[in-house]
Amino acid sequence: MKYMLLLRYPDGAGPQEGTPEFDAEMATWGALNQELKESGTVITAAGLQPETAATTVRTREGETVLTDGPFAETKELLFSFYVVDVPDLDAATALAARLPNAAYGSVAVRPLTFIEQA
Amino acid sequence: MSDDVAAVLDRAYREEWAKVLATLTRQVGGDLGLAEDAVQDAFVAAAADWPRVGVPRRPGAWLTTTARRRAIDRLRREQTRATHQPALEHLERARRSGQDDAVTADNASAVTDDRLRLIFTCCHPALAMEARLPLTLRSLCGLEVDELARAFLTTEAAMYQRLARAKRKIVAAGIPYRVPPDDQLLDRLAGVLRVVYLIFNEGHSATGGEDLVRAGLCDEALRLARLLAELMPDDAETLGLLALLLLTDARRDARIDAAGDAVALDDQDRARWDRAQIDEGAAVLQRALRLARPGACQVQAAIAAVHAEAPTSAATDWPQIAALYATLEQLDPSPVVTVNRAVAVGRTEGASAGLALLGPLVVDERLVRYQPLHAARAELLREAGDLDGACAAYRRAIELTANARARAALVRRAGPLAPA
Repeated sequence: MKYMLLLRYPDGAGPQEGTPEFDAEMATWGALNQELKESGTVITAAGLQPETAATTVRTREGETVLTDGPFAETKELLFSFYVVDVPDLDAATALAARLPNAAYGSVAVRPLTFIEQA
Repeated sequence: MSDDVAAVLDRAYREEWAKVLATLTRQVGGDLGLAEDAVQDAFVAAAADWPRVGVPRRPGAWLTTTARRRAIDRLRREQTRATHQPALEHLERARRSGQDDAVTADNASAVTDDRLRLIFTCCHPALAMEARLPLTLRSLCGLEVDELARAFLTTEAAMYQRLARAKRKIVAAGIPYRVPPDDQLLDRLAGVLRVVYLIFNEGHSATGGEDLVRAGLCDEALRLARLLAELMPDDAETLGLLALLLLTDARRDARIDAAGDAVALDDQDRARWDRAQIDEGAAVLQRALRLARPGACQVQAAIAAVHAEAPTSAATDWPQIAALYATLEQLDPSPVVTVNRAVAVGRTEGASAGLALLGPLVVDERLVRYQPLHAARAELLREAGDLDGACAAYRRAIELTANARARAALVRRAGPLAPA
């Protein structure tokens, strides 16, 4: 089954850039991504630019309205996503639990529908 | 319908529902909702056919075959939905082989495995706890939606929704229909035991309403605990849970007086405790302890056993109880354990020693509305001679007691210290 993992963290949480903890976490991400790539588990994955770079689009009565940023209702920032192909939910949650931000943020596991959009 | 056939149908429902459902759920590839609808269809068909053509020689096999046919019918009607294709293929394969339908010595272990799969699926941690309890009771014990609604103090429509949502999630989220692999088994089994314990607790101490003992839930929890102990005979905590439920449930008759009010452990008529059930519980606990894998359920069962052995409340081995609660606090810390330990220490070393253990809980803001803390503190304060403090604590505890009968009992216990 295919799942999208949505990675979030509370603003300011997790290791700060320039600390040894930050370097250690980067190494963990690197090794994990390498492993997932080699095993063919990941279909696609990417980090997201901060929300300040986001634009929200709505069409209302034929008019396109753009607004600056997403209106995040929670304090947790969406910063990355993975689309993975694994046997079942247990495998997806086990993978999610290995992502470093699960320790101080969260990973939402969303099963994809059978409908291929592209 | 003749009484005989009705009785056979009743027995088949009681004995075969979970087995047939467990097998069919595997055959449709884990879609519990579809399997349940089809098994329900099969029982409707049995009620129509058996009085006419007689009871089949192997009711379970008949029900499984019929349920599978109904599942195939249901899937074919909705075949446009590509999502059903894998389930249909599973079923056609099972139909051709027909191997699972008869409960013979050869496939008795397959049936066992299917029921374990069913339990682990219903108790999957990705389902909300409020859905796990009724879903387990529906699937493993065959309780109807209206019974579940009454047991969990909600409407039938709301309960139906709750179950339907959980069953949809099982399919949509890809919750696997299997016994977890070894590296996850202990963790997941602890979750299953927790569900059974919570079902028992829901029956044992009703959280609201007038019925103090929704006894039916205690019976079903015991049935589930027995089933688990049968399916996992070498797991110490599974046996520990069964022992705990047997020993606690043995006091059921004595927990309520003639007027229907709750009777505290201290005041219970111990002659009304079910001795046979206490003996059985103690024997199961011994089996658990011989496996030498300590756990929270076994310690709780040991505490219940110490109470069960005591001829009177005063003659209880309170130092032993206090020591067991100290062990439990290490294994599975929680406010309720600390409160109970404080009560036992109060009996052993005096009220002020008990109150000292409650100190950190009293200043914890999260426990401001925690009834057992205030009830225990009231008793200890009274014993220590702080009557003003006891009076305030009783007032708080009584305010926080939702169950009318339990509240009346507490007012009686407070006596002159009860708020006006």
